[in-house]
Amino acid sequence: MLEGILLGLSTAFSITNILMVIGGCLIGTFIGMLPGLGPMSIIAIMIPVAISLGDPSAALILLAGVYYGAIFGGSTSSILLNAPGVAGTVATSFDGYPMARQGKAGKALTIAAIASFCGGTIGAILLMIFAPTLSSVALLFHSAEYFALMVVGLSAIAAFAGSGQVAKALMMTILGLMMATVGEGALFNMPRFTMGLMDLQSGFGFITLAMAMFALPEALYLVLDPKRSAQGEDNSGEIKDLRITPKEAKSIAPVIGRQSLQGFFIGVLPGAGATIASFLGYAVERNIAKKEEQEEFGKGSIKGLAAPETANNAACTGSFVPLLTLGIPGSGTTAILLGALIALNVTPGPRLMVDEPQIFWSVIISMYLGNLILLILNLPLIPYIAKILSVPRNYLIPFILFFTLMGAYIGQNNATELLLLVGFGICATILRFADFPLAPLLIGFILGRMLEDNFARAMQLSDGIGFILDRPMTLGLLIIAALLVLLPSYRARRARLRQAGVADGD
Amino acid sequence: MKSFAMTRRAILAGAVAIAGLGQGALADGHQLVDSIHFLIPGGAGGGWDGTARGTGEALTNAGLVGSASYENMSGGGGGKAIGYLIENAESNHGTLMVNSTPIVIRSLTGVFPQSFRDLTLVAGTIGDYATLVVNTDSDIQSMADLLAEYSDDPNSFAIGGGSVPGGMDHLVAAMVMEAAGEDPTAFKYIPYDTGGPAMAALLSGEIKALSTGFSEAVAMAEAGEVRILGITAPERVETFGDAPTMTEQSIEVEFVNWRGFFGAPGMPAETLAAHQDAIAKMYDTPEWEEVRARNGWVNIHNPGDEFKAFLEDQEKTIGDLMKKLGFL
Repeated sequence: MLEGILLGLSTAFSITNILMVIGGCLIGTFIGMLPGLGPMSIIAIMIPVAISLGDPSAALILLAGVYYGAIFGGSTSSILLNAPGVAGTVATSFDGYPMARQGKAGKALTIAAIASFCGGTIGAILLMIFAPTLSSVALLFHSAEYFALMVVGLSAIAAFAGSGQVAKALMMTILGLMMATVGEGALFNMPRFTMGLMDLQSGFGFITLAMAMFALPEALYLVLDPKRSAQGEDNSGEIKDLRITPKEAKSIAPVIGRQSLQGFFIGVLPGAGATIASFLGYAVERNIAKKEEQEEFGKGSIKGLAAPETANNAACTGSFVPLLTLGIPGSGTTAILLGALIALNVTPGPRLMVDEPQIFWSVIISMYLGNLILLILNLPLIPYIAKILSVPRNYLIPFILFFTLMGAYIGQNNATELLLLVGFGICATILRFADFPLAPLLIGFILGRMLEDNFARAMQLSDGIGFILDRPMTLGLLIIAALLVLLPSYRARRARLRQAGVADGD
Repeated sequence: MKSFAMTRRAILAGAVAIAGLGQGALADGHQLVDSIHFLIPGGAGGGWDGTARGTGEALTNAGLVGSASYENMSGGGGGKAIGYLIENAESNHGTLMVNSTPIVIRSLTGVFPQSFRDLTLVAGTIGDYATLVVNTDSDIQSMADLLAEYSDDPNSFAIGGGSVPGGMDHLVAAMVMEAAGEDPTAFKYIPYDTGGPAMAALLSGEIKALSTGFSEAVAMAEAGEVRILGITAPERVETFGDAPTMTEQSIEVEFVNWRGFFGAPGMPAETLAAHQDAIAKMYDTPEWEEVRARNGWVNIHNPGDEFKAFLEDQEKTIGDLMKKLGFL
């Protein structure tokens, strides 16, 4: 292995390759900030450039740099504008945006940068040590387990089901699950609930719904309430707040440690990926947090920001395990990377490490390098990026509206998405006035399709619901999900009873 | 719409500049068409997108076409772009729409009301054969083994694929089963969103066999992870000569997942001829060879009337099968 690392170092540390990482990270970060252009589209744009380099190592290093940069850039728009451009950063906005509203935009961006860096770096170390042995882990999960994993992911809604909000959160989740059924599913040949409209055939777009639920209501709020400033209630200047206090660092360190591991292993599973990892990370950290910290979640908790940010970056690194050791792409982005690899005459699979170790190791070394360079590039930029929020509102509102609309339009080039966006955006604003939490709707929508597909496959394979009992891991995951949902309400009930002075013995 | 294509190109141009790279000087050659506007019925990064952009790149770099622009118009499983091309036929004589086997399947199932007959057929350009593969660890060595194991216990024998029931991967598996004398409606077909998760399911043992595209299977077979049991080609394919055809195992199935280009209805004869000529000449250029090899495409050139005959034949085969399967 040591030889491999040295080989990777000597390949990655050439001037060209370092320039590739820097260039890739920069391009990725800046394009990734635009909602609607996720890692997948950016990599697709960059592939012809990478291939024209001719050198597979350099090309992969460039693309990997673009990939990390794009994921990193994606969290910026989630935190500052509440406009998550990819599903993997939705959970980032749960606490990142409230922090920005409290005038802590700089701090939120710093935490996101550090959490991303740690998740990515720890992920790369795990990848380096365990990649060959992990390929069997990647194949451990069948549809039944994926179904159970999605159920665990759904339990993240508990964070939004605070006191008196349980029914509302559940209603929104179910609405999200229902919206996920619109269009042509993977399991049926017939379009469902499209009302004969051709534009609904492929379902609602994720970006459209994310913008409609989060970014658009925010912009409309700014218009409707002239006193509400974009910068948040506390205008104490974001640069001062950039630093993380030792106490804060101490509280997020264990979160980052746990989520690097958990996120990485979820990323290794080809059917899960960064989105699931971020929701699970959020749900798990909330549940194991102390009572008073738990109430912070969803309102600007630093733990709630660090958890999904670490997990989604670690998961992105983890997704390289099935890609490099089995040749299986776990996500749309890795599928595009696989296409690029094959075009460069590199066949990923069990023989890659033996036949072309320089490629395998230089990718891993480029991950360290990419993460490090992202941190170095971005930390000094944060005060300037955070300044976006101090732009006067009459310039900021059109800016947010423009990027929101562009984000929904750009991926699909379909003007109907714009109508849907505005329609849903208005509905979402009304729901917000009525104090309905909107995040559960989006969680339900994102997980709904995968939940249904895996459930139906498991049913079909085992001729009925029997798979829940036949497969111990499925049962185990479902029990965990039940605990994650029931435990908080049980605790809350007990606390209420105690308050009322009728607590039982303990 | 057009401004989007420009933005993408501007981003790309910017990216090229940042990376300090430039494309080589354009080859000379004689230009046959001034400009082509490619209409892509799906989003960026998909198979249609890659085909149109790759073809445009080869045509312009080889100097056969002056310039190419691209427009992504997704929606309705491709139906939106078809509708647009027909409604705005007059102003779209210089437009080529990319499409593939699903246009046949989706017009049969009525996803959109039009069919390839409503368009001008320019040419089928590339294709991919279909295959059935199993895990290398599997006892199944040939199609005969697969059929034997299936007959032993049909209920626990699942074949997976990366498309919906009634989609391409399912239809290919059904075609093979039917040609082998089995009931095409009886076997268990498990659908996955795309080829990747379906391949993972095969390797994890969730499904026994996988119906997938040949080019996808070759990469996995070269890595020693899957065994190709049979391909739906008339004869063995050079890129992977070890893979037997279905026909040599007495299963009479031939199937090509083609990709090709369509024009608006009423495209003037000379425009059509110029486009067809440019595409025909493209095959001999090194620029095309580079794009083709990079993407692992197989040249299957079907211009004009041959394309029509091919599509009618495929429509009939698929239509008959779908009726049998109960999808029509």
